[in-house]
Amino acid sequence: MILDYLILSFKNLKRRGVRSWLTLLGIFIGITLVVSLVSLGNSLQLAVMSQFGVSSTQVITVQAGGVGYTPPGSGVVKYLTSEDAREIEKLDLVEVAIPRNIETVKLQFNRKTRLVAAASIPEGEKRKYIYQLLDLTAEKGRLLEKEDSKKIILGYNFFDKDKNGFDKKIVPGKSVLINGRKFKVVGIIEKKGSFILDNVICVGDDDLKELAGYGDEVDLIVVKVKDKDLMNKAKDEIENLLRKRRDVKKGEEDFTVQTPQSLLETVNKVLGGVNVFVIILASISIVVGAIGIANTMTTSILERKREIGIMKAIGARNKDIFLQFFIEAGILGLIGGVFGAIAGTILGYFGAMELNKLMNIFARPEISFSLLFLAIMSSFFIGSIAGVIPAMRAAKQNPVECLRG
Amino acid sequence: MDEIIKIENVSKIYKTGTTKVEAVRKLNLSVKKGEFIAIMGPSGSGKSTSMNLIGSLDLPTEGKIFLDGKDISHLNESALSQIRGKKIGFIFQQFNLIPNLTAKENVALPMLFQGISSKKREKRASELLKMLGLKERMNSYPNQLSGGEQQRVAIARALANDPEVILADEPTGNLDSKNGKIVLDFLKSLNKKGKTIILVTHDQNLAKYAEKIFWLRDGKIEKVTSNKK
Ligand SMILES: Nc1ncnc2c1ncn2[C@@H]1O[C@H](COP(=O)(O)OP(=O)(O)OP(=O)(O)O)[C@@H](O)[C@H]1O
Ligand SMILES: [Mg+2]
Repeated sequence: MILDYLILSFKNLKRRGVRSWLTLLGIFIGITLVVSLVSLGNSLQLAVMSQFGVSSTQVITVQAGGVGYTPPGSGVVKYLTSEDAREIEKLDLVEVAIPRNIETVKLQFNRKTRLVAAASIPEGEKRKYIYQLLDLTAEKGRLLEKEDSKKIILGYNFFDKDKNGFDKKIVPGKSVLINGRKFKVVGIIEKKGSFILDNVICVGDDDLKELAGYGDEVDLIVVKVKDKDLMNKAKDEIENLLRKRRDVKKGEEDFTVQTPQSLLETVNKVLGGVNVFVIILASISIVVGAIGIANTMTTSILERKREIGIMKAIGARNKDIFLQFFIEAGILGLIGGVFGAIAGTILGYFGAMELNKLMNIFARPEISFSLLFLAIMSSFFIGSIAGVIPAMRAAKQNPVECLRG
Repeated sequence: MDEIIKIENVSKIYKTGTTKVEAVRKLNLSVKKGEFIAIMGPSGSGKSTSMNLIGSLDLPTEGKIFLDGKDISHLNESALSQIRGKKIGFIFQQFNLIPNLTAKENVALPMLFQGISSKKREKRASELLKMLGLKERMNSYPNQLSGGEQQRVAIARALANDPEVILADEPTGNLDSKNGKIVLDFLKSLNKKGKTIILVTHDQNLAKYAEKIFWLRDGKIEKVTSNKK
């Protein structure tokens, strides 16, 4: 039955003039804004996540210092130690805990010197874990293996002579000087689209310790949790442990334990500000759109009075007339929503592309079908809500008067 | 024979602002099942108003209306619509087809409101249009049809739910004499098959088709005459 009314409504809509299509502009703009914003936000989130080098959802990051995004290890009073990492690893929920250090070193190549960030790659068995956790693979050459020493691998940008600052690309097999000591490049890491990972050099832990002399201090502990459903529980356990070890009270932590979830929340907080503004804008256009739909529907009652009279004469009940106008308004909204969703997806796509160029990141445009479905369904809903009052008016028309014209 | 329609002391008063128009006053009229009657009278005499009351399109200000023995003067709108759709078929002077539906869709529409399945609707609409000689015009829109064709589509639509009573208000008013005759002949043949026909007309020649003529003047029945063969 409803299907029949849908067909009737479509037939009516086909006859409509340009004017009533124009009233869809509001819904169109509103849905466009929402869809493009949300998809842009989604890809931005992914981009930000990859900037922080978190690609696995099972990873918890522990840093000394309070909440915030100071580079790991800077401005910290009380460092984490490799002992902390060993203790964390003993927790039931933890599969592995890898201490990591990031140091600024002098890199010499092609008779030029640059300061670059060097990240430690753990020694021994844990090497394969860190590659897995950071999702690292070799683009050229190979990654560091168990017994490698005095060997390094480089982020993708070192492979690009325009980006590496040495005017010459560094390829596996070449030697470079780090703080005056000779190291052999064995591999280039696949492009990650992350500012950090693409510009880092990775040095074995023992080698980096020797170069920078950080001893037992650790900038960052990367923890892999056994079960990704127990992330929050693992986080609590790690926090408990560290509070005890560092002798601090709850609420006064001088360290930060971060899950991808909590990282996301921070990112969302930043995006939230922008969101609020656009959502207000979108709501205004949607309200304007709804008023537009209500208005065309009211006009069309006057234009179709005779039709209403005929339908009643041949047995249409008030509810039949109501349904027809109601569904018609819904479809009007739906059409605005479908075009809005298409435009929003396109806009989100190009927005992500522009963002990539602007920030030199790689935010993959995300098309979320559930978002599109939701947007389109709610535009139908908005349209039909706007149609309630006109549809009620249409249903209440007196048939005799309608037929008199 | 049973009375299919019985009107008892019915008045209809239209109020517009302070003025009152008594379109029908103390009207008494009854129609038997299978009769072909005509309502005649000058313009403004209350013919259409009576028709609308008989067809339950309008409610009387006073009095009672029985359709097939049931008092319909106090039913709610929804119940009235349902009864009207099932028992009454309207034919209007202006054809009154829905412009954005094809001939076949127009004919099928009354059945939709009675909750008949789309397959059955299609089948019956096609049959009715064939019966009215419109086999080739089923998928045409009203504005692609001649006046005569439109009125035949309207007749098919009036027959969609196989109603007991056909109400025709000046059905030939917008047709030439040839098409007018086709319509009237068709109504006559329906009557032969047992349908009750009520025809409103100005035209003495058309009134001859009816067995009985009610003459209206100023909302009242002036006289009743019979056409005996
Ligand atoms: N909705 C209305 N409001 C006010 N007056 C009305 C209304 N409908 C009908 N009337 C009046 O009631 C009287 C009867 O009208 P009705 O339409 O029944 O006449 P009729 O006999 O069908 O005339 P015609 O032959 O011109 O169609 C007329 O005086 C008309 O002006
Ligand atoms: Mg009239």
